[in-house]
Amino acid sequence: MVNRSEVKSMFDMIGNIFKNLGSKPATRMYPFEKREAFKDARGQLGGIDIDACIFCGICARKCPSDAIVVNKAEKSWEVDRFKCVVCSVCTEVCPKKCLFMSENYTDAAYTKEKAKHVQQPKSTDNGEQASA
Amino acid sequence: MSKTVIPFGPQHPVLPEPLHLKLVMQDEIIVDAIPAIGYVHRGLEKLTETKEFTQNTFVVERVCGICSCMHALAYCQGIESLMNIEIPDRAKYLRVLWAELHRIHSHLLWLGLLADAFGFESLFMQVWRNREKVMDIMEETAGSRVIISVNTVGGTRRDISKEMLTKISVIVDEIKEDLKQVEAAFFNDYTVKHRLVGVGVLTKEDAYALGTAGPMARASGIKQDLRMTGYSAYGELDFEPIIEQDGDSYARTVVRLKEVYQSINLIKQCIAKMPEGEIVVPVKGNPNGEVVSRVEQPRGEVLYYLRANGSKTLDRLRIRTPTFANIPALLHMLPGSQLADVPVLILTIDPCISCTER
Repeated sequence: MVNRSEVKSMFDMIGNIFKNLGSKPATRMYPFEKREAFKDARGQLGGIDIDACIFCGICARKCPSDAIVVNKAEKSWEVDRFKCVVCSVCTEVCPKKCLFMSENYTDAAYTKEKAKHVQQPKSTDNGEQASA
Repeated sequence: MSKTVIPFGPQHPVLPEPLHLKLVMQDEIIVDAIPAIGYVHRGLEKLTETKEFTQNTFVVERVCGICSCMHALAYCQGIESLMNIEIPDRAKYLRVLWAELHRIHSHLLWLGLLADAFGFESLFMQVWRNREKVMDIMEETAGSRVIISVNTVGGTRRDISKEMLTKISVIVDEIKEDLKQVEAAFFNDYTVKHRLVGVGVLTKEDAYALGTAGPMARASGIKQDLRMTGYSAYGELDFEPIIEQDGDSYARTVVRLKEVYQSINLIKQCIAKMPEGEIVVPVKGNPNGEVVSRVEQPRGEVLYYLRANGSKTLDRLRIRTPTFANIPALLHMLPGSQLADVPVLILTIDPCISCTER
């Protein structure tokens, strides 16, 4: 049998429904309306300032998902974004602080490419390329 | 009478995760239930043996999304006790704060799923609207919504500013107010009670004999809450475990709903008592020896067994999760119940199959 408190609780919910009718939706009209990312949110590994990198390889050793490959001879730094778990350990351990995070999450990818950065040989004083 | 076997899952509308049950039926009544798990085994325990002990924090967090913070907490506490690290007081309070936020979002998720399982869609949405506020706090404080990666061996990786603590306090009060409105539907609504009261009764003796954990045990009258042991900062906070005596699906709902209020209370206490100071201590050397570390997760007690050998990698990491402990109780409740009650029964153990299989 339905008792009094049960009937009353049904009206509690109806009150809530009327309140919802008069209030704004709890959701956003995505993608027309986007929420700004929070400050310091771990959206994705933003990238590397490759000219500042010393290729010590600490980021690659500390990466829990082995997403980073550093090649000292080639002066290259490479991240596999499909392996990256966005923990931001690499940016914390980097001695030159040349890695940075981005607050916006990764866009959908069409190809499984790795983001490879190669340091260009530094220019000499007379402006010519050292290796050229 | 002839028996029919109905497969339930691994793909089923009420199941967020793949659990397979072979239900042996006589008409509408279940006479036996045979479970099969193994659909999301990822071999994470083995993976931890190949990673450095500091990297493993990120591996164990991925055992389960919903209680990721507490998995890392259990692991870090284990390593810290092996290496005799005393973490700063502020880190202890921050750990509790994030753990309780996780408990709120886990229980709100569960309440929504339960409402969805008995077909109360609007209640499901009301609950999840509140959960979204917790997820936003998580993203703003820790940088990520679910796998928040705040715990590290020696403390926490992020600090929370004073302004943010005040903001959290205001938001959890809002959640409390909003939840009071939907609480009436869970506690008193005729249709909700019709689906929950007296369904899947687990007596105190059975709950004890079957080794249930967490809200399952507490809904059957067993006063068991790992937080009472006072790990992290729980020893300095004031709370009492929430106990119900009936042991049915309704009691389990009541326990979890009241635990949301309890978590809000614990968060407020944490914010009021938050000490100043460092959040992390430097860690030198490698762990050696073996230890058992236990933490109360939203679903119950999780047990971490760690064996280290003095090198950077661990010899063995064993995780016993609360859902693993609660599946025997589910198999005990199923025989004799109606087929239509199976979704509710499975949900009231709050199954986390990813946890169970690791």
